[in-house]
Amino acid sequence: MPVSVTNSKLIYDALKECDIRLVSALPETWLVHLIRSAEEDPEMILVRLAKEEEAVGISAGAHFAGVKSAMLMQNHGFLASINGIVSFAHLYKIPLLMLISYRGSFGERDPWQTQGGNVTEPVLRALRIPYFFLDALDTVKKRIRQAQTLAESSLQPVALLLTRDLMWEEQ
Amino acid sequence: MLRLDCLRSVYPELENGLVVTIMGAVAAELHSLGHRPNFFYLQHAMGLASSTGLGLALCLPEQTVIVFDGDGSLLMNLGSLTTMARYRPKKLVHVVFDNESLLSVGGFPTATSTGTDLEGIARSSGIPRVITVRSVESFKAAVSDAMQGSELTTIIAKVEAKGPAGYVTDLALLENRFQFRRHIQSLKGR
Repeated sequence: MPVSVTNSKLIYDALKECDIRLVSALPETWLVHLIRSAEEDPEMILVRLAKEEEAVGISAGAHFAGVKSAMLMQNHGFLASINGIVSFAHLYKIPLLMLISYRGSFGERDPWQTQGGNVTEPVLRALRIPYFFLDALDTVKKRIRQAQTLAESSLQPVALLLTRDLMWEEQ
Repeated sequence: MLRLDCLRSVYPELENGLVVTIMGAVAAELHSLGHRPNFFYLQHAMGLASSTGLGLALCLPEQTVIVFDGDGSLLMNLGSLTTMARYRPKKLVHVVFDNESLLSVGGFPTATSTGTDLEGIARSSGIPRVITVRSVESFKAAVSDAMQGSELTTIIAKVEAKGPAGYVTDLALLENRFQFRRHIQSLKGR
């Protein structure tokens, strides 16, 4: 599978360095190694979801408990979580660190991913969710740290878009 | 059976747990009995009260967490039953007030009024203990047992579709949220 193992590991290690102790996830191709890392890590609470919106409630519960968490989801999962983000995370000022795989963007071969790719950034902007890209090895660690810092200080959702350049190794 | 009577019957015991409620009548009625810093009322985001309880229970396994859910809210997030069942925190108590109605928006009937069986759905989702109660006495006993037990429990409480006159309380949403978190952090120092 051409999902980058090395870069997934880099992302996971950066999350650990931010003291993330709970990860919620709904599997998708680009996230498999990240989820596996969480599964094999006895220090990490991994919550496998039925639908991504659940993760908003779970991360809120973790925040109340004083535990830092991250959400792993595809952009379509982000789209499926919007009411939870608005009616819980925004309404109650809950910090969320969302790692969103940016499917349907440049280079996408799966036709079914392409509409979600078109609307991901416009929807993030409409929701006024600060976002940045994870697209190069040398900035992964810093950007995850910065996103986590902003989520905690602003008490709001912050998104990192996992790009093809970082996650996929073309064959 | 009235929801308010159910809540009143377990109110003293709720001091010993972390309580998450859904919006509308459940929040207003619990609040009317007397707010406590260990109560969090999720005044929107229907369906996510159970997910919030799960997040709390997974992060604080020694704490008893009680979720007061409703049929309308749970029907919006049935997948939550499968996620709770997957991780089955021992001290999570999931109460569902089933009045077969979306009461706070005008009493429109939900699918439980036409035969959908939440007890069956919870059981088939893998929730280890599921019970339906129809009297205040059996409600009180079921909640007490679940709070003292060590198994994830879903309690379906069949209640009348009657609620309070109003739903807005004098507790601001953010005040509630910050107080709840601060209360939990204070428990850690004990």
